[in-house]
Amino acid sequence: MARFVANGFHRLDAIVPAELNERAIPEFDAGQQPGVAYGTPLKRAFPEGSIPRALLDLPAVAGALRSLVGSDPTVDHHHTHVREPHEGGAQPLHGDAIIDTRIDAFDIQLMYYPQKVTVDMGGTLSVPGSHLRRTNESDTGRYQNLRGQTRLTCPPGTVVLLHHGIWHGGRRNDSDIRRYMFKIRFNPTAPQVRTWDVSDLDDPAVARELSVFHPWSEHATSRLEIYNRIKMWRALTGDTSFDIDYWATRVANRPGRA
Amino acid sequence: MKQHDVKQRVLVLYLNTSALDAEVLAWSNYDGTGKTDPTTGDSDEPPYKTGVDALKDGWRLFQASQLIPPYPGHEYDTSFLKHEFWFEKLE
Repeated sequence: MARFVANGFHRLDAIVPAELNERAIPEFDAGQQPGVAYGTPLKRAFPEGSIPRALLDLPAVAGALRSLVGSDPTVDHHHTHVREPHEGGAQPLHGDAIIDTRIDAFDIQLMYYPQKVTVDMGGTLSVPGSHLRRTNESDTGRYQNLRGQTRLTCPPGTVVLLHHGIWHGGRRNDSDIRRYMFKIRFNPTAPQVRTWDVSDLDDPAVARELSVFHPWSEHATSRLEIYNRIKMWRALTGDTSFDIDYWATRVANRPGRA
Repeated sequence: MKQHDVKQRVLVLYLNTSALDAEVLAWSNYDGTGKTDPTTGDSDEPPYKTGVDALKDGWRLFQASQLIPPYPGHEYDTSFLKHEFWFEKLE
């Protein structure tokens, strides 16, 4: 979880069985999956036997999702994204929906890639650690490349779970192959406090994970990123005194003041 | 070269600090000559190590980010990349 707080994503390579991947591609070719009303409880959102239901019933996917958004999330929306061969353009770098400043709650976007994605197929560009930057949708479109960015390549059946704020975009597909990505957005319905296995909260690795500097982030701003991760970690664990290297404690110390 | 034949190539570099000789963290290219078609997510390696390295290669700086203090109450917020430098070459 600390790695998720620092990076804004959790990746599960080749987690979906081949049989499901092979079913998914012709269904995605046929059109969008049946619509789901905003706020539909996940347990009622997708019928038995459907691609999304089979995907979300996979133990590794269900477990990761439960750790991140709790046991009773609702479905916000879903969409099948297709990047056509040699389509000529990339999406501008963006965050989905609108600027979303929540530090003590977050939505998860699941991205499912049923086929092998090579670098020239325009796999999703994402920027690890960008999720706490406060920007609105495609106002970041000016940024083409950042050090440490991820240009997704993956084996078939890969799932990536993203914090709602992560900067990302579909890259230009320079290959001869249609590329598919099925996305579902989930909203929590209960406080995201200790929703995962917390038996190792005292492990020093927690602070190490939360202290990572990303190669694209200015040195000075990276210190603020750590400060904001401390605030997020306090919210997720309920531990209001959690700190790393005194970053949050020092600037809140006002002796004799209320 | 006639004036109307001159085309502008633009390079935007995002640096680690407000100093022009700081290292490049992010970059964008726009090509008014039409010879290349740069786009989002098309390279993993920056074109130069620092902003000054771009000057040494003939790029002309025409704009740099101002240093703006944070808005009161938002001192710990993070947002856009801070140190943006715009360069051009005329061809």
